[in-house]
Amino acid sequence: MNFRHDLIIVGAGLAGLRAAVECADEDVGVVSKVLPTRSHSGAAQGGITASIGNEEEDRWEWHMFDTVKGSDYLADQDAVEVMVRDAPRAVYELEHMGVPFNRTRDGKIAQRTFGGHTRDYGEKPVKRACYAADRTGRVVLDTLYDQCLRRGVKFYPEHYVLSLVFEDGRCGGVVSFDLSSGELDLLEAKAVLLATGGCGKIYETTSNGYASTGDGLDLAYQSCIPLEDMEFVQFHPTGLYPLGILVSEAARGEGGVLVNGLGERFMERYAPTVKDLAPRDIISRAILTEIKEGRGVDGKDFVHLDLTRLGEAKITERLWEITSFARIYLGIDPVHTPIPVLPTCHYIMGGIPTDMDGRVLIDEKGMAAKGLYAAGECACVSVHGANRLGCNSLLDVLVFGRRSGIAIKEEISKSEHQALSSEPLRLAKQKIAGLLAHEGSEKIDGIRRSMRSLMMEYCSIFRNENGLKKGLEEIGSLKERYNDINLQDKGRSFNYELMEAIELEHQLSICEAILLSALHRKESRGAHIREDYPERDDRQYLKHTLIFRNQKPEIRYKPVKITRFQPEERIY
Amino acid sequence: MILKFKIFRFDPVKDEKPYYQNFEIEAGASDRLLDCLNRIRWEQDPTLAFRMSCGHGICGSDGMRINGKSALACQKLVKDFKEDEEILIEPLQVFRVVRDLVVDMDPFFEKYNSIKPYLITKAHAPERERLQSVEEHRKYEDAIRCILCACCTASCPVNQEIEAFIGPAALVRAFRYLFDSRDEGNQERIALLDHEDGAWGCKTKWRCTRVCPKEIPVTKEIFEIKKCILESKKSKK
Repeated sequence: MNFRHDLIIVGAGLAGLRAAVECADEDVGVVSKVLPTRSHSGAAQGGITASIGNEEEDRWEWHMFDTVKGSDYLADQDAVEVMVRDAPRAVYELEHMGVPFNRTRDGKIAQRTFGGHTRDYGEKPVKRACYAADRTGRVVLDTLYDQCLRRGVKFYPEHYVLSLVFEDGRCGGVVSFDLSSGELDLLEAKAVLLATGGCGKIYETTSNGYASTGDGLDLAYQSCIPLEDMEFVQFHPTGLYPLGILVSEAARGEGGVLVNGLGERFMERYAPTVKDLAPRDIISRAILTEIKEGRGVDGKDFVHLDLTRLGEAKITERLWEITSFARIYLGIDPVHTPIPVLPTCHYIMGGIPTDMDGRVLIDEKGMAAKGLYAAGECACVSVHGANRLGCNSLLDVLVFGRRSGIAIKEEISKSEHQALSSEPLRLAKQKIAGLLAHEGSEKIDGIRRSMRSLMMEYCSIFRNENGLKKGLEEIGSLKERYNDINLQDKGRSFNYELMEAIELEHQLSICEAILLSALHRKESRGAHIREDYPERDDRQYLKHTLIFRNQKPEIRYKPVKITRFQPEERIY
Repeated sequence: MILKFKIFRFDPVKDEKPYYQNFEIEAGASDRLLDCLNRIRWEQDPTLAFRMSCGHGICGSDGMRINGKSALACQKLVKDFKEDEEILIEPLQVFRVVRDLVVDMDPFFEKYNSIKPYLITKAHAPERERLQSVEEHRKYEDAIRCILCACCTASCPVNQEIEAFIGPAALVRAFRYLFDSRDEGNQERIALLDHEDGAWGCKTKWRCTRVCPKEIPVTKEIFEIKKCILESKKSKK
């Protein structure tokens, strides 16, 4: 079938829904591979940062400094400034839409401390994160979905986008696969916004949901659009051991501390000023160092997150979800027993390069693609640089989701639908038929498990040239094996095997982009730690990586925008 | 340990009627039932269809009937079952089966939408936030834990009999907005709930409360809605 809208948004997480709300007066269609409110934004726990100063003095300049320093000076400072200055408005707007924020004694939005957020340019932690217990992402997702319903936004739930359609160099829609019927649809639009989230599922240990397979990243990459800063993959320090489920930084923001096997508060050694509220890259590295040097708990590969000093009332009021995770999955009660944690793959700082209004940039000079936008985790503005601070991701999706929406409204008011050829639809049909008909000898699961384990081994927190090269070789052979996969499910309706096969193709491609980008950055910065190049090298690498797919992947670079804060040594 | 599963199967395209299929898999004590189902699908039978996403009880995708009781497969652990026990896995009741454990959720979201699930305000928004006291926030705090997994609605004896009943999930969301001090849509929302297939459809069977994976006091909240309707009628007289 053919459907036509002015705007197609791919992804129904927070970035997509915020843009949808902005464009709700236009004819907008939201396509998502999952049902409404199932998107992974819902798993965000801790909060949204804004210098509204409800609990103590705060300023956007401090927020900007923290974000830039947190990024290890790789973030583009003009974009960071736009984001943090817009933060108070973004939070009040959510409150007006009905988000059930926790409250201070005088009825204002409550705020708490979070990793890397400080007052007076690093003096001490500041309460900057606006929160709804430890379910902030979920309630914001619910609220924005509700706002979309109110405004009559059209949803295409359980539709999986197979390709972006370009006509004369302009993006004019997508081909999507209806999971329930197995039909292919051509969705025509004057503009397309990619808001497809991250790709954490390429790693064995991750806080990400099964749907986080990097589809949008690879759809762009396959369409001759480069990917920016893909080597920067964030490992959140506190994943519930051994599953990797997120245990929010809010636990430490509320006063929880990390403790090693000797009972020491080891973060005092790594970050003497802010201790357990250091940024994520620093804490994850510290935890792994403690474990490597034999100070894990009981000699094992985890440390303890101790909340026992918080008291039951505070834990129940503000950390209900993570407490329930510990009870359900480990059978322990965090009120009385420390939680075992290990770093878990959480977020990709890199992504589809965009300007501050979501326009996708197709080269290092900043040329914009026509009709194509990206926002949220799949995009790289870049406001997170080499390491994102906690609670800045919800802020990113809200600010840049909205800004994309505004820019798109402007564009679609001035443009017409183009006549699209039926070729992309035919190619997609051919691809599906080919996958279903191929009689190979490989199973998806085996390839996927190998991929996840090699990414953990060679490309997680610590990296080196030999490992990255091995990783690339192995990805190469997994790609070969992928060409011989065999699908047993030949059904039309809810054929998840077919969808996972397509996801796996995207995942392998993204792995290669990450490994190659990491191999070429011969320095250590933020979340990218090279054992063979342990220092940050501003002289050579204070620049963004761009990887182009081409016939053979090619790496280029573009400069970082530095406005207010010159790079300094990063000490907390 | 070896775990035995008996799983409901039905593909309307090729099966005349539903049937049950047995599977056995080796599982660790701390594995989730969702992990077991995934491994059955990945290693034994890729045609088995069920929804899932986050894997830790936040997205609400993997509601199903486990040994007769609606629950999230990602919240149940292997160690809570016995080795020789056959674990019965079936789709949620009330909804039409599309394939195996996948049910048609459209009617669920339509009913959800019918109660105006959004903050209704008349006055112009202030420049900063609207104030709300800690106590006012506490009134609806339990309700915001709802993840729309539909376990409550699927377990409701009234929903099982009467298709038109709006169901506990939509009522919980109605409660969330009715008891939010910022909301000014009380009257319009009450009008939508004050009928036999609305709040009055609830026959206080407590099944919803018992199955709720997020421990929401669903039945009590529906009772509060009923009280609120009566009070609003009284004040009108």
